[in-house]
Amino acid sequence: MAVLDVTWAVKWLTLSAQAMAEHRAYLIELDRAIGDSDHGENMDRGFQAVLDKLSETPPGTPGVALKLTAMTLMSKVGGAAGPLYGTAFLRAATSLGESAEIDPAALANALAAARDGIVARGKAEPGDKTMVDAWTPAAEAARKAAVDGDVLAVLVAAAEAAEAGAVATDPLVARKGRASYLGERSAGHRDPGAASSALILRAAVGAAA
Amino acid sequence: MKKLINDPRAVVEESVQGFGLAHANLVTVSTDPTFITRNDAPVSGKVGLVSGGGSGHEPLHAGFVGRGMLDAAVPGAVFTSPTPDQILPATLAVNAGAGVVHIVKNYTGDVLNFETAGELAEAEGVSVRTVLVNDDVAVEDSLYTAGRRGVGGTVLVEKIAGAAAERGDDLEAVAAIGERVNANVCTMGVALSACTVPHAGTPSFDLAEDEIEIGIGIHGEPGRHRIPMENADGITDRLLEPVISDLGIASGDRVLLFVNGMGGTPLSELYIIYRRAAQVLSERGASVKRSLVGNYITSLEMQGCSISVLRLDDELTDLWDAPVHTAALRWGV
Repeated sequence: MAVLDVTWAVKWLTLSAQAMAEHRAYLIELDRAIGDSDHGENMDRGFQAVLDKLSETPPGTPGVALKLTAMTLMSKVGGAAGPLYGTAFLRAATSLGESAEIDPAALANALAAARDGIVARGKAEPGDKTMVDAWTPAAEAARKAAVDGDVLAVLVAAAEAAEAGAVATDPLVARKGRASYLGERSAGHRDPGAASSALILRAAVGAAA
Repeated sequence: MKKLINDPRAVVEESVQGFGLAHANLVTVSTDPTFITRNDAPVSGKVGLVSGGGSGHEPLHAGFVGRGMLDAAVPGAVFTSPTPDQILPATLAVNAGAGVVHIVKNYTGDVLNFETAGELAEAEGVSVRTVLVNDDVAVEDSLYTAGRRGVGGTVLVEKIAGAAAERGDDLEAVAAIGERVNANVCTMGVALSACTVPHAGTPSFDLAEDEIEIGIGIHGEPGRHRIPMENADGITDRLLEPVISDLGIASGDRVLLFVNGMGGTPLSELYIIYRRAAQVLSERGASVKRSLVGNYITSLEMQGCSISVLRLDDELTDLWDAPVHTAALRWGV
């Protein structure tokens, strides 16, 4: 039975950092096609900084771990991804509050808060070919799974929906972010932000398994 | 791709260090976080001007720090906007009590990071106004994009707003001058080749030997259209036409013509572009009163150029002519 406490949160962030390092070249290549080739580099640099911060100041609750992550990503990543992921983690941290352990409903609420934060900061809507296209189905799937599922079921539902959402950005024409300048030519490529979002949500499952 | 670098991850840091050493008479480089201020900042009674953005566009922005232009520049990673933890201390460092103007190129990342830093500065009691530069006419449909990008016009906004601040204009006036420049300048660019971001190692897009990209931005991103290569006059006409029509240039207008190199095109070719652009403008009855030709806002080693036209009035002309002393732009002193 998975327990989502601070140990899980730290493991999630550690696995996220590993995923960013491992898929750095893949994210750069996605971004090269419709952006400016920096997404993999920035996410890798940002999450390595998160790991440094977590070992410097070990967090006491999942909320504190996510807040530390938010502040580090905002100050280290730059570009649009820094403030967007920073806002997502900050809203999730606020939603979790000071609780030591996360139940399915709180988890679904935190994911919805993260999604709302990204939408509020970036002003993108579903279908604009951005990370919103991963987070919106993920938050939605989490909400449904939380009705009668345990935390692992919620995490799995969110990760699967985010992965499907990222794949579904392939045919879309971008309307927000750097890729939007390409117009029709942005179709046929996966959105790098949606792809990194799916990797991060998959890492959350790995940390609970 | 061969590059004169030591470590792809240390490019910005080492380049900024060299810049600081080379121009120690003009600027001070702060590290951790990285930003560049003019030596005499904060200048008593003067509105501070801060700009910044991804690196890779040199001399923008650090090359424009000094008397009569910027008080501080904040460089991000290559093609990546700087972060609020850099922008905030730069803003505080140049605030002399008269407030600070942020000059921000309209890209999602730059806007988000400067917005956050501006809020934090306001919370510390510093008045901040933002001038958003969006002069790129290549972006046709702002409704379905992040809007027009800030490109060549940024240099002109920084020079002219910088002169306004230097002569003692207050915060609102400096911001208003910056906005007036932005409202009267349009730009369009072309790439003959892509550029290679150091940490990526491969060109930012693929372009055949006989193709060019029309309507590029400054981050190595592809443009709006890809067409077969043409001669210089043909390309100039293609770039200038949307600029003229968007600005509504009419007979009798006085303009500044700015031909900017993207980093990998020789000056001789930029002057061939300038020659044709000046010809076309004069055929339209516009009078080219001021000019700027060179590599001022670049995309690493990209081959290509952009053409900017700024409609001048007496005040903007005077501010353009006002003394400036920076690493990349210097006259009157």
